[in-house]
Amino acid sequence: MSKQPSSSHLAALDDLLEEAEQWHVNAGDETVHAKRIGGKWRTIKWLSNSIWLLLFFGPYLRWNDRQAILWDIPDRQFHLFNVTILPQDLWMLALLLLFLAIMLFAITAFSGRVWCGFLCFQTVWTDIYTWIEEKCEGTPQQRRKLDQAPMDLNKFGKKLGKHTLWMLIAIWTGISFVAWFTDVYLLWGDLFRLQLSSAAWITILLFTVCTYLLAGFMREQLCMWVCPYARIQGAMVDVTTIIPAYDFHRGEPRSRMKKSDTDEHTGDCVDCNQCLAVCPTGVDIRRGQQEGCIMCALCIDACDLVMDKVGRPRGLIRYESLNGLEGKACPPVYKQPRIVITSLIMLAALLGIFYGLSSIDAIDLKVLHARQPLYVLQSDGSIQNKYTLKILNKLANDVTVKITATGPAGLKITSRQLLAAQHGRVTPTSVFVRVPRKELTAESQPIIFHIETVDSDKPFSSHRESVFIGPKR
Amino acid sequence: MADKNPFPGENNTGHIWDDNIRELNNPIPRWWMLSWWASCAWVLIYVVIYPSFPIGDKPPPGLMGWTQIKEFKEGMAEIEAIRAKYEDQIKGMTGEQILADPGLSDYTVASVKVLFGDNCGACHGSGGQGAPGFPVIADDVWLYGGSIEKIEESIAKGRRGMMPAHGSKLSEEQIDTLASYVVGMAEGKEDPAGKALFMANACFACHGMTGTGNQAMGAVDLTDSVWRFAPGGVESARQTIAHGVNFPADPKSREAIMPAFGERLSSHEIKKLAVYVHKLGQ
Repeated sequence: MSKQPSSSHLAALDDLLEEAEQWHVNAGDETVHAKRIGGKWRTIKWLSNSIWLLLFFGPYLRWNDRQAILWDIPDRQFHLFNVTILPQDLWMLALLLLFLAIMLFAITAFSGRVWCGFLCFQTVWTDIYTWIEEKCEGTPQQRRKLDQAPMDLNKFGKKLGKHTLWMLIAIWTGISFVAWFTDVYLLWGDLFRLQLSSAAWITILLFTVCTYLLAGFMREQLCMWVCPYARIQGAMVDVTTIIPAYDFHRGEPRSRMKKSDTDEHTGDCVDCNQCLAVCPTGVDIRRGQQEGCIMCALCIDACDLVMDKVGRPRGLIRYESLNGLEGKACPPVYKQPRIVITSLIMLAALLGIFYGLSSIDAIDLKVLHARQPLYVLQSDGSIQNKYTLKILNKLANDVTVKITATGPAGLKITSRQLLAAQHGRVTPTSVFVRVPRKELTAESQPIIFHIETVDSDKPFSSHRESVFIGPKR
Repeated sequence: MADKNPFPGENNTGHIWDDNIRELNNPIPRWWMLSWWASCAWVLIYVVIYPSFPIGDKPPPGLMGWTQIKEFKEGMAEIEAIRAKYEDQIKGMTGEQILADPGLSDYTVASVKVLFGDNCGACHGSGGQGAPGFPVIADDVWLYGGSIEKIEESIAKGRRGMMPAHGSKLSEEQIDTLASYVVGMAEGKEDPAGKALFMANACFACHGMTGTGNQAMGAVDLTDSVWRFAPGGVESARQTIAHGVNFPADPKSREAIMPAFGERLSSHEIKKLAVYVHKLGQ
């Protein structure tokens, strides 16, 4: 592995080694001031960060005179473009959460903490906050110096600027979060008139304070000591998982290419600590897989840059499985049970959601048979059953529905059959059905209730099966 | 210790076991400790603001004067305010008028259900299904009339019907014949012998010439399918004919007493209950 470095490479290395000693592993005792450099993964990170712009701008999207996506908690409705989901359909949310949770497992099994490194709000907001910090206070070296300097006008100005920007982002985050639960234009109006509900004030305050504290001050401490997801990584990642990894076979033993080293058998790592310098959580990737590593791949950018400078091939730190580092082949994805099983669960959840969305009726009917008494004998000898019909109207306007039933011969509904169903809610009604006793062939017979709108332009209908119960035979 | 410490400079506590296992002194970050102290301070604030530890026989009221019972009463007042909208309307209405308004009758049924359970359900069943000796009120048969006024009257004043015992006047065979006649009535059968006994013993005086009963005195309609005393049939009819109902001279007489609720419940409550009972079966 020993090679003679060119003089330009040595000069570049000298610059790197000059600052190598100031980077050390985060022990939790001081703020991590990570270096920001460009590169492929940095660009990808900006792109993945920008997904969160949806949080800020999504609520302003309109659809048919209302907010396109709106969790209307007071009215118990969820609007998703032209679909309105009521609490009765919320099992789909459970499936969606199942899908997302399993997707997290699947992606982690396949490629480690993609969520942590690229998408997690803690990572993203911290990234934006430290970017602002760098714009206000300068490079990591300058920031460390500023932190230690006594307070003067210059320091106060820089800090004030930084905290003001942080606070503005935090407030905007709080308001944007609340905007998903209430009409955003009304929200801004009420906000400036100071007429928000106490729930809105408290939520905005909570999100503002938490954003400011978590992204401004707690940062990687949250990942390393609070977040439960980091704690279960050992159970989710194995030797076939492709993660940002340091190729220790190629890198070790490290050498700073001093004259005395060059004759010996040395690895490619020049021990410049640049991978440590750019790490937002302050871990040393060369120590292998570890809890503090959020797998954001910024060290790959740093190492590739150094390898370019010293004239060695890129990829000393790269996305690779532990098997890959050992030169062993990994089984293809479809032969890895964890990925196959998690994919099947995801598929099942998705199918359930598609079924749910495609089978949402505009009106929905539930039928509850009275439990006490199950049947009543009438004076003319017929048997009467009582039902509670619950009519859910998901349309935007009130409708009149007609209730009919099919079942045993001679069946007759004796209660009122036309009913006004209020929009966006469940209208319950008692329905009495009579059947002549001679027509009852069994103690329990099927009966199907139908409802149909009578006054809307387009008729909607729904039906539900129940039972008609008579005396024991 | 310091001079004997084999691991100087790493900030250990000097507790060393098995040559190299030692306890390091790594305090948690200061702000974590501060949060802990802040939590402790919050406990003190809480104790001052809310009623907490008992001092004497009562807890101190706390600075905010908050109590659970006060919050409960406020919540109840909120519900009363919502109900008042309907209650004010039905206060001046008759039972018939409430029944004619679907919204108000739904409200009445929903709001008086508890009252029915407390006062009526014990005998008539939670769904009006009745019990042995106690009439079904979810069907369409009314001993004293099914209009709202009559139901209100039944609840307020109670009912106590009477049927004399015929066991001493009639022979076993005659009672059998009469019982079979009554059972046959509901099925529309002709029975001249039974009919003759029915007339001779003045059954028609209360039950009517055709056996359709008399709601003014609570005499049952013998021609319908519903039996006042379950399970019905010949045996049941024999028992009633022989020993009567509420007949003081016969100790085996059936008991059928509806207590008066006029003193226990307000007329407003009775009106609502009448609507509820009326809607049990229709």
